Amino acid sequence: MASTSIPAIELEQVTIALGGRFILSDVSLSIGDGEFIGVLGPNGAGKTTLMRALLGLVRPSSGQVTVLGEQAVRGNPAIGYMPQLRSLAPHLALRGWDFVASGVDGHRWGLPLLNPARRQVVSEAIELVGATNLAQRPLSDLSGGERQRLMLAQALLGRPKLLLLDEPLISLDPHHQRVVVELVRDVQRRLGIAVLFSAHELNPLLAAMDRVLYLGNGHAALGTVDQVINGQVLSRLYGSNIEVIRINERIFVMSGEHDMERDAHMHENGHNHGHDHAHSHDPHNGRRHA
Amino acid sequence: MTMRIAMIPIMGAVMLNYDFMQHAFAAAGIVAIVAGVVGFFLVLRGQTFAGHALSHVGFAGATGAILIGGSPLSGLIAFTLLAGIGMGALGDKLSGRDVAIGVILSLSLGLGLLFLHFFTAYATQATALLFGNVFGVSDSTLLVLFGIGAAALIALGVIARPLLFASLQPELAEAKGVSLRLVSILFLAIVALAVSACAQVVGVLLVFALMVGPAATAQRLTSRLGLGVALSAGLALVEAWLGLVLAYYTDWPASFWITALSALAYFASLAGHRRAAAIPAH
Repeated sequence: MASTSIPAIELEQVTIALGGRFILSDVSLSIGDGEFIGVLGPNGAGKTTLMRALLGLVRPSSGQVTVLGEQAVRGNPAIGYMPQLRSLAPHLALRGWDFVASGVDGHRWGLPLLNPARRQVVSEAIELVGATNLAQRPLSDLSGGERQRLMLAQALLGRPKLLLLDEPLISLDPHHQRVVVELVRDVQRRLGIAVLFSAHELNPLLAAMDRVLYLGNGHAALGTVDQVINGQVLSRLYGSNIEVIRINERIFVMSGEHDMERDAHMHENGHNHGHDHAHSHDPHNGRRHA
Repeated sequence: MTMRIAMIPIMGAVMLNYDFMQHAFAAAGIVAIVAGVVGFFLVLRGQTFAGHALSHVGFAGATGAILIGGSPLSGLIAFTLLAGIGMGALGDKLSGRDVAIGVILSLSLGLGLLFLHFFTAYATQATALLFGNVFGVSDSTLLVLFGIGAAALIALGVIARPLLFASLQPELAEAKGVSLRLVSILFLAIVALAVSACAQVVGVLLVFALMVGPAATAQRLTSRLGLGVALSAGLALVEAWLGLVLAYYTDWPASFWITALSALAYFASLAGHRRAAAIPAH
């Protein structure tokens, strides 16, 4: 964490309202330029909205959103962004390489022809995430985790200084979750960039992240895991009584008898059909009456 | 034996002696290339149903134009263009509205029928609009087709890069400054032009044969972008021209032959794909 350089992200008294609901109210925080930040919080807490604000796609109703020393604007080339996997059509029979390459100058008019220098940029980004072989296969042949690797390569085009990853772990099994977290951590260290990594569950990120940003109820708490993941802070963010239980290096956020993060994760997966793993207690599997 | 083989190019030369055949080959050639290229992006974006709907709206436009004394081609172009721009502007609001699009689609055909009803003498006109009349292409129509085709390809060349980006990664494209709505409007306007041109060859009911069939087949055969676009245009061209040749020798409708070849190529690519998939990749 270089404290002398310009912060990657600064929010000053930022309030964002969408559809008459306050997503963030009066939030101020600062994130350093080499930090790995895990962004957590219940569904609708504003994890995606925060990223959209940093990308200049959502305007705050008040306050300042600053990215790398400049006001957040749409099309900032210093930001790499990986949207959720579900935004990608799974039946696309297009080669991975061409998919990644579509992001090179994709906002400019004209034909998508690449000169050798541009091709080199694409190949380097693909190599950075170890997907050189994957990139020769059509997307429709790849698993969710493999497609995500290519999306990460695309997000890294142009060597951004800030990487925003929106829920990369959704619909991945625990093994692939670990692979993705380690890959991102590795890339982040090699490039020395800041990463915002949103997730439903805290545990897969524990080893990788420098600090955690927990969103809820319009508020945000930024700090080390010990500073943020405790009953006092989380009860305020959830607006109900929260207990934090630690078992063997794993942390569970509980409200009464419910595991809050697991509930949120299950809920998300409910919208995501046909992916890598199925849950054992699917409510639709209940007994039917003849 | 050698004499019989030698006869074929002579017969081909005879075929091309006719003006209507020259016109048919030129018209089908222009339309096939435009349809193959534009159709590739239509299939890539999963908007084939929109293309289908546009051609039906075009039928109402063409028959409406006849009713008020205009040319069917101008009515067809005007209506499909307007509908394309409208569908593009509505954008996401139309996604998942297949029922609404379907209702408008059948209403358009119904309106077209009503307009034709007032012109009972135009039964052949109706068939030509619905199923195409490639052997009746005039000099002036050929010129218009060339104009539409060139406009569609040039416009597509201008928007190709953001179109591809927005089709593959809409959220990232939006973050990078691409206007998804503008790209969508421009693309569906281009599709409208391609559909109008296509309808002159195979008719409004069969535009799928040239707009969707070759593109879908090409995407089965290669996962490379540039090769896919070229293959799509090439397949469309071969299917269209071979359709004309077969129609000339059999006296069956050209539109039938083109749809048959389009379907044949598509199902062959499906079968080939399945066989390739059965063999392990490594």
